[in-house]
Amino acid sequence: MLNNSAENSNINESFVKIQNFFKKNKRKDTSSFLNKILGNKNLGDLIFEKLTLLFAVLVFLLVIFMGWEMYSHSILSIKKFGLGFLVSSTWDPYREIFGALPVIYGTLVSSFLALLIAVPLGISVAVFLSELAPSWIEKPLSFLTELLAGIPSVIYGLWGIFVLVPWLRDTIEPYLQNEFPNSPFFQGAPYGFGMLAGAIILSIMVLPIISSISRDILRSVPDTQREAAYALGATKWEVTKIVLGNAKSGLVGAIMLGLGRAIGETMAVTMVIGNRAQISASLLDPSYTMASAVANEFTEASSDMYLNALIELALVLFVISIIINILAHLLVWSTERKWK
Amino acid sequence: MEIKSYKGKFNFIRRRITNVVMLSISFLAAIITIAPLVLIFYYTISKGIANLNINFFTKLPTPVGESGGGMVNAIVGTLILIAIGGGIGIPVGIFSGVYLSEFGKNKFGAIVRFFADVLSGIPSIVVGVVAYTLVVIPMRHFSALAGGIALAILMIPTITRTTEEMIKLVPHSFREAGLALGIPKWKITLMIVLKTAWKGIATGILLGLSRAAGETAPLLFTSLGNRFWSTSIFQPIASLTVYIYQYASSPFKDWNDQAWTAALVLIILISLLSLVFRIITRSKYKT
Repeated sequence: MLNNSAENSNINESFVKIQNFFKKNKRKDTSSFLNKILGNKNLGDLIFEKLTLLFAVLVFLLVIFMGWEMYSHSILSIKKFGLGFLVSSTWDPYREIFGALPVIYGTLVSSFLALLIAVPLGISVAVFLSELAPSWIEKPLSFLTELLAGIPSVIYGLWGIFVLVPWLRDTIEPYLQNEFPNSPFFQGAPYGFGMLAGAIILSIMVLPIISSISRDILRSVPDTQREAAYALGATKWEVTKIVLGNAKSGLVGAIMLGLGRAIGETMAVTMVIGNRAQISASLLDPSYTMASAVANEFTEASSDMYLNALIELALVLFVISIIINILAHLLVWSTERKWK
Repeated sequence: MEIKSYKGKFNFIRRRITNVVMLSISFLAAIITIAPLVLIFYYTISKGIANLNINFFTKLPTPVGESGGGMVNAIVGTLILIAIGGGIGIPVGIFSGVYLSEFGKNKFGAIVRFFADVLSGIPSIVVGVVAYTLVVIPMRHFSALAGGIALAILMIPTITRTTEEMIKLVPHSFREAGLALGIPKWKITLMIVLKTAWKGIATGILLGLSRAAGETAPLLFTSLGNRFWSTSIFQPIASLTVYIYQYASSPFKDWNDQAWTAALVLIILISLLSLVFRIITRSKYKT
């Protein structure tokens, strides 16, 4: 017995020795520099992760860099005009006085009018696509609305100049002036080029965005909501009203994404809005937007101050569109997440 | 349904009428939405086809008053511009998309995702201004490179987000099968996951490229335009969209007609782009 236990303790001792040996060696291994970084990862994995991280950081920095780049190149105008840039209504390149109010007004009014046309239509289309249409109509129709979104903006402008503007000038605007001779909205000579043309072109361009995002949002409302309403004897329209009510904040998000597009839209608007920096209640008068002012005058900017003012205009546009987009995305996310 | 009172019956009829009226309105709205599409296609094809001949694809633009001439420089210019844009934008888009789907389940990933969405909402004219301050000012002259960089910035968010979404659709069992074979993760991502998701990613790339081909605003003061033959990326270069803008706004009828033809060619080019991509992705999928 005694002998046996001594033997056991001997064996135990050697076990401990062996264990210690391994522990020491292991510690030696992990103390190497490469292993410290890698942990239990493969070197290729690490490089790959950092590489993709680099590109992701690039996307993130790009937005911040853009803002900074425009700020640093518009510093002359920011210093000279300060906040007055946003509220002064004189845009006079010859005397180098730059106030952005007329172009901000033109941007907001044209976008607002565009939404006035596009929102009811866009949401009706979304209702049609998600609630009513059988799939053999819905699929080609969805495809066509997406095609509408894919047409280059300059082609909308081309069509605007040669089809829409003459039609407005010869038919619609004289008609409006006859019908409402005293309305402040339809004063002045009917040129065709003007706020009305800009707003109509914009509404056509914004429509597919509003309708396709609204359609996705309406689809994210679960069918149980609809079935419950049907079970209570609701008609299809009443069911749709319930679905619309459920999707309200998401629809507002879709509208805001449309607004973001309308505010930043450049070519088509520049080609039909008339490009004159003025504030006028009449929809027939030429107007100007921030984006079209930049597009139109950038290559003509003869002095540093002029160029700085235009870059500041782009900066204002950048900030406004970022704010609108952030709000819109938050609204769309909150609705879509609600039903997940 | 059994309706007892007269009032109830009237109510029921009223509800059914409202139903039919509202549903017809939404159907009408769908037709109104499609109308501009039909009109734009109709005018582009009918007005553009008149000047669509071999000269348009082989000759340089002629001065005002001289008939004939084409836009070969603009067609090649547009292709060069989207090639530069794609060369920069596609790798950035795909790799950042891979980051978001494979490693981006943290706070930083959420931030990047958010910024990609914000980036996609920034007006293209603003991107043009940034490309101007970034490339044109230091180089002191307009160049195809500046235009290409602007287009790349515009493509990145689309490609990033599509890549992420498409990679997310690849089943986890694919990755696990690779891991079980002892393949390192980066190889699994590149060779298995990306290959499986390739078709979807290609759609995203196509979307980005075709949008870039149709962009005008960011090119106005970066690549500027060029009436002569140039393929140098350090010189101003012609593009179809800028030609359409300039010719449409000009008072000369010849030029206006050419603008329609350029628009038709642009639409054909974008459709061809989509066709080529479909063919590539299809054959990739079969093998």
